[in-house]
Amino acid sequence: MAYDYSRYLRNDKFPHIWCPGCTYGIVLKAIIRAIDKAGLKQDDTAIVSGIGCASRLPGYVDFNTLHTTHGRAIAFATGIKMVKPDKNVLVITGDGDATAIGGNHFIHACRRNIDITVVVFNNYIYGMTGGQYSPTTPTGAVATTMPYGNVDPQFNILELAKGAGATFIARGTAYHAAGIDNLVVEAIKHKGLSVVEIINACPTTYGRRNKFKSPTDMLLWMKDHFLPVTAFEKLPPEKTAGKLPMGILYREEKPEYTEMYYSMVKRVQEGGK
Amino acid sequence: MVKTAEKMVSTENDKVKITIIPRFCKGCEICVRLCPKSVLGMEMFKVKVVDVDKCIRCGQCELRCPDFAIFIEKKD
Amino acid sequence: MARQVKLFQGNEACAYGALYAGCSFFAGYPITPSTEVAEVMAKELPKRGGAFMQMEDEIASMAAIIGASLAGAKSMTATSGPGFSLKQENIGFAAIAEVPCVVVNVMRGGPSTGVPTGPGQSDIMQCRWGTHGDHPIITITPAYVQEIFSETVRAFNLAEKYRNPVIIAFDEIVGHMRERIEIPEPGELEVIDRKKPDVPPEEYFPYDSSKGDIPPMANFFEGYRYHVTGLNHDRTGFPINACELVHIEEERLLRKIYANRDDIVKNDEYMLDDAEVAVFAYGACGRSAREAVDMARKEGIKIGLLRPLTMWPFPDREVEALAERVKAIIVPELSLGQIILEVERCSKGKCRIDGIFRVDGEPISPFQILDKVKEVL
Repeated sequence: MAYDYSRYLRNDKFPHIWCPGCTYGIVLKAIIRAIDKAGLKQDDTAIVSGIGCASRLPGYVDFNTLHTTHGRAIAFATGIKMVKPDKNVLVITGDGDATAIGGNHFIHACRRNIDITVVVFNNYIYGMTGGQYSPTTPTGAVATTMPYGNVDPQFNILELAKGAGATFIARGTAYHAAGIDNLVVEAIKHKGLSVVEIINACPTTYGRRNKFKSPTDMLLWMKDHFLPVTAFEKLPPEKTAGKLPMGILYREEKPEYTEMYYSMVKRVQEGGK
Repeated sequence: MVKTAEKMVSTENDKVKITIIPRFCKGCEICVRLCPKSVLGMEMFKVKVVDVDKCIRCGQCELRCPDFAIFIEKKD
Repeated sequence: MARQVKLFQGNEACAYGALYAGCSFFAGYPITPSTEVAEVMAKELPKRGGAFMQMEDEIASMAAIIGASLAGAKSMTATSGPGFSLKQENIGFAAIAEVPCVVVNVMRGGPSTGVPTGPGQSDIMQCRWGTHGDHPIITITPAYVQEIFSETVRAFNLAEKYRNPVIIAFDEIVGHMRERIEIPEPGELEVIDRKKPDVPPEEYFPYDSSKGDIPPMANFFEGYRYHVTGLNHDRTGFPINACELVHIEEERLLRKIYANRDDIVKNDEYMLDDAEVAVFAYGACGRSAREAVDMARKEGIKIGLLRPLTMWPFPDREVEALAERVKAIIVPELSLGQIILEVERCSKGKCRIDGIFRVDGEPISPFQILDKVKEVL
């Protein structure tokens, strides 16, 4: 059972900086298991992130890693993918990084359906900067910039991605850690823009202020609020109120951007108009 | 077996070996509370094996540890 | 094969210069008066198997060219004032991460939406200080269509050689005008590529400056797995918090440029030897100034022109030496006076400095310059 992650880690960088009880380490382990299962070669893989707690992940893993500016990871990754379309490009980003400041790049990458796997660590808060509310912070939740309870409506990240054109949509949670592997493996294999939202817990800047006594209570909240999509669809509305489905929620084969671009290049080079 | 230069503390019986890396453990207690058989406990803000014989080798502790601080090896 | 002779627009020459230099990735966003650069790239890159991206905004365009460069492609973006402002944060990222790339700013009337179809030079300080923090930057300021071609090649060479973002800044007049150009033949102009590592992957540090201020650069996916971040970092590429090493590395970044200024600074000096008054001008103003010098000389008035092709790092020594020799330096600018501040700083009061400022959408004419010369004589 003892899974050896060390081959994929920059072991000298541990212990990592994430807070006690932050679930990002759980998801990092799942992503490494998925990359191993998908058989990606480290030399052929770039992992790109923006700014925020989740965006520190690339520093801990032994790939071609790029820690960019807040919200812009996907745009940097687009440049990499366009130049090396046969290489694997993953983006690690947070709920704020991806859908607040990074929203424009997020929706346009979805629209283009460029073959990049975007893993959004959704912990419902801006953790790195101390707990300000983000585009996914629940209504009524307390944050340092919503001290009287959040009144800002939320994005449903996956609806946003699907509406913008992403062709692989999945959701997992840190509690259902073993289930993350397959989501990420399928996302990596999928030819097109894949978005995998992973529900995470931030005990330090969210949990403490919102009646979660411990990190484990936050994990147990996930256990009670997320159901496999197969079960979710069979239950009547009153049974699924306040809950969300997880698993692979949508998948569609559509032309992938770099393939379209380089087939146009081939046509042009062969004298076509 | 996990290759690491970190100091490791192992507790084992004929069925399982539970290994902890004290320097990595941040005392979040996730493993302690999610272990279905109360095999684990806390001591000075670090995880400790309380009763290895209760362990059913389910691996929930290793799966859920955010800090690469605990892992188990089945002995068949 | 003789050189091809064409009638090119300035923006066109910039695109073809980039292609000559080996640019194989362009990301941009439409903005007057630079859009033609993107349009030429959209037409030419596919023929060459290169990648063209019209991104969702200028921030994304700047991000994309950095990603592309890390993946091994010589890359460029082109914009104008408003887009140039949007790109600043990522230009700073390219500076600290030492990623070669070229940013073209075809300057228009500013600030804000300004005069989109009119010329401007009021972004010149932004070319130096646009992004936050101390950072190394190079800015090239061509004035003729032929020159835009060769200076774009030089811009790419400097970017690759110094692992640094390089800005090419020329105003709308120079960008939109058409002129005769002789296209240099392949191999005629030197083309420089980034220095590759001479050690195996296990000994490679992306920012190792033990053998010189400019670390060799491995590209992604070449077996040299390494980390790139915008955080201050040490030679391993990993973040270092506030410490002495931050200071040392910041100084190295600037030293890359300033210790090599003689290789980067480049001036067109015209009839300065016996000049009693000099004109310091670039871009469209540089062109008018050259005419003014010819006109003045016909009237027996001894003036000359110092026209920088590299604005940053600024030609400080050349301006100081000039100030010691002439009565006055005239500084015509399509702004309300920006580069004149550098000319004043560097001449150290050794001669009179007079500006001609114009922001009404029209170029400063040779006559205006000639009148000012007569005024100071």
